[in-house]
Amino acid sequence: MSVPILKQGDVLIASIQSALTDRDLLDFKEELGQKVGRFRSRGVIIDVTALDVLDSFATRTLRNIAAAARLRGAATVVVGIQPDVAIAIVQLGLTLEGVATALDLEEGLELLREAQATKASDGVSSL
Amino acid sequence: MTVETRVIVQRDADIVTARQLGREMAAQAGLSGSDLTVVATAISEVARNIISYAVCGEIVLSLTLKNGRQGLMVVAQDEGPGIADIDQAMIDGFSTGRSLGLGLPGARRLMDEFEIVSKLGEGTTVTMRKWRR
Repeated sequence: MSVPILKQGDVLIASIQSALTDRDLLDFKEELGQKVGRFRSRGVIIDVTALDVLDSFATRTLRNIAAAARLRGAATVVVGIQPDVAIAIVQLGLTLEGVATALDLEEGLELLREAQATKASDGVSSL
Repeated sequence: MTVETRVIVQRDADIVTARQLGREMAAQAGLSGSDLTVVATAISEVARNIISYAVCGEIVLSLTLKNGRQGLMVVAQDEGPGIADIDQAMIDGFSTGRSLGLGLPGARRLMDEFEIVSKLGEGTTVTMRKWRR
């Protein structure tokens, strides 16, 4: 199951459509990493609305994706974490530390725009 | 009404299958809302433990009843190397593999009941229950 990754200006939008295996998640990480370079992206949005479970492996992979993208100059925002999924992540004892999150795609794009505006004026990104 | 479902766990796709069936069985047991997600997440963690440490095993999902209360029982068993120090394995952040070490302690926090029995060279059995609220 591959994850479609769309290019929208300097932002990549990856919309996870259905449950992913660990292998799928690792393939997704690779592909996203390559596309950040190929498209010189400044921002990445990962939409997890369709995921009914975010376990420790998925959470760690999202953190790794965001950390790797940041090292290459792109900010990542994870959007669409379902309320039940958020409860389970907290109970599991996990955090998405270091990863920006937003309610949905619209809020995520807004967050990236704000971060880029801050970076343009102060030279430092808030994400 | 399915009373028991078994899932062989040997490939990473089986983790997804186990947690999806677990969610369905939990709904049959009368659990609802975030408890369904909580159960599915706990199953995902114990299933991954089987693949990471034992290579192969199985998860048995069954409906259970105690004091008139319905619930879901999850038994994850493998014939892997076993866990040398269970107390240590239940500490947050402890891992002999490449994981975050939150699998077992995390699953314990997610479920209402959690027992683990392990014997070196023979395998590990994790039994967990979640009751209908």
